[in-house]
Amino acid sequence: MLAQQLVNAISLGGVYALFALGFTLIFGVLNVVNLAHGALFMLGAYAALYAVTILRVPLLAGVLAAMLATGVAGWLLDKMILAPLRKSHAPHLAPMIATIGLAIVLNSSVQGFFGAANLRFPSEVLPADVLTLGGVQITWLELKIIFLAFVLMAVLLWGLKKTRVGCALRGVAESPKAASLLGVNVEGLFRSTSVIASMLGGVAGVLIALYTNAVFPLMGQPMLHKGIAVVILGGMGDIRGALLGGFFLGFAEVFSVAYIGSTMRDAVAFGLLFTILLLRPEGLFGKALERRA
Amino acid sequence: MRFTLAIFGLIASLALQPGIAAPADIKIGVAEALTGNAAQYGVSIRNGLELAAGEVNASGGINGSKLALVIEDEQGKKEEAINVFKKLIFQDKVLMLFGPTLSNSAQASDPVAQAARVVVFGTSNTADGITSIGNHVFRNSVTEADILPVTLKVTAAKTGLKKVAVLFGNDDIFTKSGYDNFNKALQHLKIPVTTTETFAKGDVDFKPQLTKIKAGKPDAIVLSALVAEGAPIMVQARQLGLTLPFIGGNGMNSPRIFELAKGSSDNLWVGSPWSVENPSRENKRFIAAYQKVHGALPDQFAAQAYDAIYIVAEALKKMPATGVLEADRKALRDTLPAIQWTGATGPFKFRQVADNNGKPGGYDAVQTAIVMATKGNRYVIQN
Repeated sequence: MLAQQLVNAISLGGVYALFALGFTLIFGVLNVVNLAHGALFMLGAYAALYAVTILRVPLLAGVLAAMLATGVAGWLLDKMILAPLRKSHAPHLAPMIATIGLAIVLNSSVQGFFGAANLRFPSEVLPADVLTLGGVQITWLELKIIFLAFVLMAVLLWGLKKTRVGCALRGVAESPKAASLLGVNVEGLFRSTSVIASMLGGVAGVLIALYTNAVFPLMGQPMLHKGIAVVILGGMGDIRGALLGGFFLGFAEVFSVAYIGSTMRDAVAFGLLFTILLLRPEGLFGKALERRA
Repeated sequence: MRFTLAIFGLIASLALQPGIAAPADIKIGVAEALTGNAAQYGVSIRNGLELAAGEVNASGGINGSKLALVIEDEQGKKEEAINVFKKLIFQDKVLMLFGPTLSNSAQASDPVAQAARVVVFGTSNTADGITSIGNHVFRNSVTEADILPVTLKVTAAKTGLKKVAVLFGNDDIFTKSGYDNFNKALQHLKIPVTTTETFAKGDVDFKPQLTKIKAGKPDAIVLSALVAEGAPIMVQARQLGLTLPFIGGNGMNSPRIFELAKGSSDNLWVGSPWSVENPSRENKRFIAAYQKVHGALPDQFAAQAYDAIYIVAEALKKMPATGVLEADRKALRDTLPAIQWTGATGPFKFRQVADNNGKPGGYDAVQTAIVMATKGNRYVIQN
């Protein structure tokens, strides 16, 4: 049982990490808590479902459709909501509240278009193979999710460290004003970060919808709550923190079910999280707070 | 037999249908959720009622009188159910009422009918305590408390299970009460439980609970869940190599399981008052008639509503009718409890329950549940 629970914890952690990557990216660069990230995640799942079932394209093209839909949504999110708020120097909470509004609009539109019932991907496109290794079962899909979480994190970290764009992004994250004085196109970077972060959310939506076998309008809501916890735990805006936070929450949940009881799952998982934040308020990888001031 | 109802009502019906002469129609109120969240059930119920009333009328009606359904939308809301009940009872002066769709609404609106001494007949209210409102409250919907023990007993006999694991949603009143009823039945049948696990609405990952269940080596999993969570639970259980039977409540009794748990939907055992697979003559006739009118297969809600009309029609044929509304309402109440009927849902009779003060109250259904197991995308009857 222990080996199987370890595998369960790693794959659940991968799911949380994948969701948290885009969420933390947009916070790190734009300094916005994007509460529409759960809705973008849902939008990605529906876009892929639509492409696969109505347009009858292969799953990979479905993932591209999800990236396209969420990319456009991310572009609109910045263009229509975040940029005007930045321009008018709106208070810190304004973008957060605005993204709640966007989430409601997206959820309701999708419900109006597709209905409220759970949908699922047709079994032909669903990768259903199960690997059995010494009594432990894991699906190919779970392996892909874990693998993808690590690959995406590596690519993001490498991009931020080694490329010129990444350098500029880090500069913007440090101080948009200073970066702008140095000739960085801050607005453009904000826009593309919103697009990339939304696309990450969309891809996560497709993979997790495949994993959980269910697509429904409010599917992003529970993920958003967990995602916020993961990102806070990892350190707001930190890529490595999102990954580690995801795995931490996955392990905490799985092992509280395994050794304490499923009714206590969330109490134990979030109790642990609370304890860590008491000891390290800035999160596992968080920078000291005064640097943000 | 003549039914002279309100004078202007008679005039109105004659004015609308000048071809029909006396005897007058028998007005029956229908208060169902035709819009809103519960509309998928309410519309099925209305379809079943209309189908059966049409058949009764086509074959001569009630001693020459026709059944006239006065249909109102209660929107699945308590307040609206009360309004509609009052309108039907006091304004339309119906002989009796069918509805409302949800148990929640019935709790609020059935006391109105009880106070006015009008029979109210629920075809879809399964919650505890509805019929204890009073002796004018009837239902032919079988409660989960009656069905789950039968489901367990039949499954135990057929699969030879000795011990089970229990998994249920602990943040939903319906799945929680299903768990309570399962628990009672398990204790009664002396079936030991290896472990009891829970999940919450919106959970996506059930593997930790299922892994723990697997370690306890049960013979079956008793699952109180709705299809939304139940389907992924079945899929993930099969992925973990758990091939044992699942035993579900009414929440799992939905053809949607074949779509949502495609490839992993076999070996789910559920009980129901009605099955599309039931080969009885009455059921086949009902399904064929329903398909002819609506072009789709009926569901449990339509079947129970369809039978309810025939149950009431039997009482109407037997009761002494006077033509005075109050007297006829009373005669119906006194005649209905003894009615027995074999319809689409099988042999049926009423059983009186106690009301909240311990006095004789309303009437619940006595009916054998059909236990089915899923196999190859269909339900197979097991008893």
